[in-house]
This record gives sequence, structure tokens and C-alpha cells, in this order.
Amino acid sequence: MNPSQTQTGARRLSLGALARRPETGSLIGFVVVFAFFAALGGPVFMGAPGWSSWLNIAAEVGIIALPVGLLMISGEFDISVGSTVPAASMMTAMLAGHYDLPASVAIIGGLTTGLAIGFVNGLLVTRTSIPSLIITIGVMFAVMGLTLGFAVMIKGSTSVSYVPDPTTKFLLGQFINNMFSVTILWWLGFAAIFFYVLHVSPLGNWILALGGDRESARNAGIPIDKVTIGLFMASGFCAAFVGVAQVMTYQQAQVAGGQAFIFNSIMCVVIGGVLLTGGAGSILGILLGTMTFAVVNQGVFFAALDPNVGSIIVGALLLAAVLSNDTFRALAMSAAAKKT
Amino acid sequence: MSENTPVLEMRHVDKSFGPIDVLHGISLKVRKGEVLCLLGDNGAGKSTLIKTLSGVHQPTRGEMLMDGTPVNFARPKDAQEMGIATVHQFGGTYPLMSIGRNFFAGHEPTKGFGPFKVFDRQRANRIAVDEVQKMGITRITDGDRLVGGLSGGERQSLAIARAVYFGARVLILDEPTAALGVKQAAHVLRIVNEAKRRGLAVIFITHQVMHAMAVGDHFAVLIRGAIAADFRKGEKSREEIADLMAGGESMADLEANIDGQLEAQDA
Repeated sequence: MNPSQTQTGARRLSLGALARRPETGSLIGFVVVFAFFAALGGPVFMGAPGWSSWLNIAAEVGIIALPVGLLMISGEFDISVGSTVPAASMMTAMLAGHYDLPASVAIIGGLTTGLAIGFVNGLLVTRTSIPSLIITIGVMFAVMGLTLGFAVMIKGSTSVSYVPDPTTKFLLGQFINNMFSVTILWWLGFAAIFFYVLHVSPLGNWILALGGDRESARNAGIPIDKVTIGLFMASGFCAAFVGVAQVMTYQQAQVAGGQAFIFNSIMCVVIGGVLLTGGAGSILGILLGTMTFAVVNQGVFFAALDPNVGSIIVGALLLAAVLSNDTFRALAMSAAAKKT
Repeated sequence: MSENTPVLEMRHVDKSFGPIDVLHGISLKVRKGEVLCLLGDNGAGKSTLIKTLSGVHQPTRGEMLMDGTPVNFARPKDAQEMGIATVHQFGGTYPLMSIGRNFFAGHEPTKGFGPFKVFDRQRANRIAVDEVQKMGITRITDGDRLVGGLSGGERQSLAIARAVYFGARVLILDEPTAALGVKQAAHVLRIVNEAKRRGLAVIFITHQVMHAMAVGDHFAVLIRGAIAADFRKGEKSREEIADLMAGGESMADLEANIDGQLEAQDA
């Protein structure tokens, strides 16, 4: 009698704790959305073609959503990822395809472009009192203009093509089984690193404190400027990585075409339970948010729905996510208060 | 250094911002295990004084001494390193972080080796809960609870416990009881007494005379940037202190004045 009683007690407690975890809302959202499209999309969506189509989308936006999520937790936005992706892919294609440099040099060039853009973002955000939303919009337009300007000046065209060698193609641009993009594996690798940073290392505590109360974090001796610049550089690096991988996958770089990443990455992060105001969030949530977004994005085709319906669903999800994030936050705090 | 040397002392400190004089000739001292209450109405210069004590501002004239030696704080960090901890209302706490994470923000305990440091959650939680309980807040037992779920008094206590744990010698409390109810304020006052018992020098800034009288050993009343009165415990009554804070006018006169104006309006 006694053991079963304690068991129910423990289960009730863990259920209550589960309901207060920030990822729970994201998990429910993912399960509902996936079930909906599994029912409508039928066996094709449930088979390898369906899984690969949404996982490929999730991997690309997911690699960018991870650092964008960390930035949002620390209280900042990064819009410039939208032009960092094409800038890095143009840099890589230009170095390798136009100047015939080795692929490794071209890749390092592309990734450095991203780090540099992130450094400029971070420097401007920490040295001025202008909100990061505005600064990164400005940087986005500046980078967009520079990319277009240099492409036209050097190549006289808005696209550069490059055929990567087999090893580079294998590492960054292949489709496993002709379906699953290799970036899915890179995405999981990045997720592991970001999980370590946010949840395991002491740095994660600094990021959370930064988003919770910037002034107190500074008083507590946290090097807030270094952390902020570092996070912007991480986001520049990850956006550049996606740009480089695109060159290796599609064998071409375009000056435009990264704009979709801006809203998509923010949506993945918010659907994943990160508060727009900063101070809370988790990597698991961001992964779930990214998967939810990708399933809706691709599910509409398999379900033979009007693509506009997909946009409506994503919009509704976003609103529901913001509402539930606030509710979960309130729940977490009230539950803590009532316990005696 | 004798037992009687003040831990922190200000001698004839003036502070002006351009042509505006904010503080004139401030002299104060606070000793080990003593609570100095700084009383003053809004705009009396209390916050400028705190900022000067904690290294945010530098005195225009006059000097500051720690343990009898002149010191000069160029930055708040210098003051912190000398053991001066300033706790603002709710300052230093992050509502959406756990108690353990809050307590160690910026000083995380780690385990592991090399570059792969792991935040030691269990140790952080254990120490945080222990320290807060030692300060008399026994309701806090779980270090994973979010700080946002604590009462204002508990949050204030957590911030004070944190400062004490990290080796503060002088504790500057900026209006710690201002936004709190009666019970919560009593909580915080108990913590102030505990800090004093442990030999910290406490500077307690408030405009609530009752709270000051409950814990203070020494009182200084600030009016328009100058110390208008400086006295020890038991030398003045509550009414006298309240009158001093009101700028020298007696509260009775002030009340009469208000009544008079009201009557004039009615007429």
C-alpha cells in the first residue's frame, strides 16, 4: 500500500514539474502539428521523403536559430543573419570559384566574414545605447549592399558558381540516400555545443543573468560586453556556416536569398519557448520550435493544402507560442510561490 | 588597526556635478558590527551619497578612508574588491533563474577539468539554501525554485546573504524595506541584525523612521545634501527624527499647514 502511495505522490509531483517546464508547450505544439500533417499528408509524409524534406529545412534554419535563441535569451536580436548567409556564400564561391583558391581557404574566408559581421554587431550594440534590433537591421542592409556591390564589381553578375571537390561535397553538401542533407548532422552537432554552453557551462548562467537584469549582471562581475560580442560572433559564424554549406550543396552563390532566415529563425526560437524579453529559454525548446516550424513549412505540400494555409498556421503558432510562453512563465513563478 | 577604527569613513566630502552642488561637507563613519542609518527625504542626496560610497561617483573634495587608510575608488569594481557591497531594491536577483543560479551569478562553482567546465548545480543549490537559511529565511529549502516566485523580502534577503557570503565587509542597503509590507520588512530587518551580529558594517538607507529605529546604532539625517543631525541610538525620539527629516519644521506645523490650505480652498 505504502509504496504505491509514494509512487502516485511522486508522479503527481513530476507531472506538475513537467507542466512548468518551458519546453512542455513546445513539445505539445510539435506533437499536435506533426499529428495534423501526418493525418493529412498520409504515408508519403510519414516516409523518408516526408521526413527528409522537413528535416532539411529544419537543419538550415536550425543552425541559425540556435545562436539567435541564445542572443534572445541574453536580451538581444540579430536581424543581420539575413544578409550574412548570402555574404558568406558569395565570399566562399568567389574565393574558390572565381579566384581558384583551395576549398579550405574559401571556407575559412566565408566563416571569417560571418565572424567579422558578428563582431561589428556586438561592438555597435555594446558601445552605443541603440537597441540591437535597429543596429542589426542597419548592418543587414550595409552587408547586403556590400555583397551586391562587390559581386557586380568583381564578377559583373549577381551569382557565382563553383563545383566543390568530392571531399568538400561529402562533408558539407551531400544528400545522404539522395534525400537527407548532411547539414542535419551538422545541426545536431551545433545543438550539442550550444546545449553545453547554455545548460552545462558557467557561461550559460551569465547569458541567463544578462537577459534577466543587465545592470545586476554587470555588478555581479560578469563581463557583459565580452559575452554580448561573443554571442553576436557565434550568430555570424552559424549564419556563415549555412551560407558555406549552401554553396557546397547547390554549387552556386546568389547575392540575395537569405531574407527568409530572419523571421524564420526568430519564429523557431519563439515557438521554442524563448521569451522575447530575454532571461529564459532552452536548447531543447529551440530544437522543438525549429522542428515544428519545418513540419508546417513542408507539411502543407504533402497535405496538398494551399501554401497560404501554411503561412496562416505559422502565424497562429507564433501567437499561440507567445501567449503560452507568458502563461508558462506565470505558472512557474506562482507554483514556486505557493509551495510552503 | 584598533578595534575602534571605522571600517569606512568619509571626511568632509563634497560632490558637485558641474555648477550644481549635491553633497556638502559630509562626514560619516561606520564601524564593525554597527548599523548606520542614513535618513532623508526624497531629493536629499541619498542616492548620490550611496553612489559615492560604492565607487560610481568620485568625491569632488574631501577624502574617504577604509580601516583608517585613504582610498580612491575609480570604478564600482574597486569598491567591490575592497569589500563594499551595495544591494539595491531587488538588485542582483534574476526572476526567471533558480535560487542557486542567482546566488552564484558571476561566481559559478564548477567541476570538471580544462576548458570543459561544468556548472556544479548541486553544490550551488546547497550552498545557496544553507546561506539563506543561516540568515533566518527557513522557508527557502529548494535551490531549484525560481527567484520570481519568492516574496520581495525573501529576494532582498537572498541578495544580502549573497553579499555576505562573497566576503562583504561593508553592506550598503538602498531602501531595502521601501516596497515591502510590514511582515516582509520585519524579515529584512532581522537579516540586517544578523549581518551586524556577524561583524559587518551596515549602512542602511531609508526614509522610514520606524525601520531605522529598529536596527540602527547611529543615525545621520540628510537634508539638501548636508548632514543636518548626527546622533546615537536613544538620543532622539521618533517624533524628533521625523521632524528633522521634514526639514526642521515640526510635523505638527506641517499638518496644520495642510489643514489650513484645505480650509482656504473650502472657503
